[in-house]
Amino acid sequence: MAEVKLMKGNEVLAEAAIRCGCDAYYGYPITPQSEVMETLMLRKPWEETGMVVLQAESELASINMVYGAAACGKKAMTSSSSPGISLMQEGLTYLAGAELPCLVIDVVRGGPGLGTIQPAQSDYFQATKGGGHGDYHLIVLAPASVQEMNDFVGLGFDLAFKYRNPAMILADGVIGQMMEKVQLSEYKPRWTQEEIDKMSDNWALTGKKAHRSHNTVTSLELDSYKQEVFNHKLQEKYKLMEENDVLFEEIQCEDAEYIFVAYGSASRICQKAVQLCREKGIKVGILRPITLYPFPKKEIARLSKQVKGILTVEMSAGQMVEDVRLNVANNIPVEHYGRFGGVIPTPEEIVEALEKQIIGA
Amino acid sequence: MTEEIIIAGFGGQGVLSMGKILAYSGIMQDQEVAWMPSYGPEMRGGTANVTVILSDERISSPILTKYDTAIVLNQQSMDKFESMVKPGGTLIYDPNGITHEPTRKDINIYKIEGTAIAAEQGNPKVFNMIVLGGFLKVKPIVKLDNVEKGLQKSLPPRHHKMIPMNIEAIQTGMKSVEVVNQL
Repeated sequence: MAEVKLMKGNEVLAEAAIRCGCDAYYGYPITPQSEVMETLMLRKPWEETGMVVLQAESELASINMVYGAAACGKKAMTSSSSPGISLMQEGLTYLAGAELPCLVIDVVRGGPGLGTIQPAQSDYFQATKGGGHGDYHLIVLAPASVQEMNDFVGLGFDLAFKYRNPAMILADGVIGQMMEKVQLSEYKPRWTQEEIDKMSDNWALTGKKAHRSHNTVTSLELDSYKQEVFNHKLQEKYKLMEENDVLFEEIQCEDAEYIFVAYGSASRICQKAVQLCREKGIKVGILRPITLYPFPKKEIARLSKQVKGILTVEMSAGQMVEDVRLNVANNIPVEHYGRFGGVIPTPEEIVEALEKQIIGA
Repeated sequence: MTEEIIIAGFGGQGVLSMGKILAYSGIMQDQEVAWMPSYGPEMRGGTANVTVILSDERISSPILTKYDTAIVLNQQSMDKFESMVKPGGTLIYDPNGITHEPTRKDINIYKIEGTAIAAEQGNPKVFNMIVLGGFLKVKPIVKLDNVEKGLQKSLPPRHHKMIPMNIEAIQTGMKSVEVVNQL
């Protein structure tokens, strides 16, 4: 069994990247995720696995370097925090449009604008609804523990390559800065050029081969009818994600009369709120979406028929609550409770919000 | 068993590393642990605090407003955290720099002269270990040999020669902690 370590979420992201056979990391420092690149630079994976670690001149450069490496069939990633991720949106829509797999990590901080450096979840819309232009989605994973920071790096790349689509880990300053026990993944070797040639022969830029014509990576199409056909193909892909790759966790939902819907660090705080509620005799559970896109629609619908009310708890002014409201299949109250701008809600506040906004309403 | 602890003082007092050693000691006895620092645009000499949770179960929130134990190392932290100790909980403080003594009657209060003892011994660096010793005397949630293993894990090998000195400081702290208010 692998050794158990005590590590920060951000450090674990770096370690997990090296261990999952990542080929390249391009980034630009920003709080609260600078430890990702710092850890990579200290670990010097280029000496160990040959992985490239490069501090680019900007976030724009980082995401376009990712585009270049991904076009060659490589496992490429970047990480940033909210303002930096905003800068990357052009690159992200191009990656989605060119059907390129990659991993992008957003350790969210308070916004809008340069905002604060403290934790927030106010980038849910940006992450799940596009962010950049055009009809596209990212696969969005929301870790709630340091262990999941490790696990979702490998998972993110797996899903990205399964669908040839960019994947995002949407974390926040709490999960990034916190240290917890973690069991790191076993080392997987980087793919050899032969493996990439074989696996991604029909799309990656690996050179013109005798058995096929040249591959083209682009998101440009001059014929609108062809673009529409391509967009249908993307939509089919998203449908497959929604059918096959929704991840969620239910916590104490079996006998619940009310549920919190919360992801990431907010779901951790809700776990304490559930304890406090149950001490008072209020039966509460949590539905924790793990994939924010594809969203656990069916589970919301199912639970909405079981419970008397739903409170979403987010470190935002209310974003995921819209997806919850769209999917309830019963006439029950669905309300939002949030703190934002870098302020973290306390378990006691959440209990009070449930009592006021749902139970007493 | 779940123990929710806040350690609070000035930056540079070893608050974060004390928390880290405690967390590592918890891992050594197969517990779940969380270490959550306050972070922000901090500066040297500013306040620093860290929440440390050790539990036999899955840990819920790393963000808390009520603690089983508060380890308080300056007046600002006393002002902020005395009221956040759960009734029946524990407050441990170093009286150095404390101008307003804690007043609550519904919690256990202990005093550890960490700064004074470290200065007497001419080794201010072990201050945080003296305080940790005081805590472990009143709340023996981790065994001393697990602390030693925790130190081995958390310190780079080149610093391992300092482990005996740290263990000694913890033992000094254990002997030096004084009761202020006991329920």
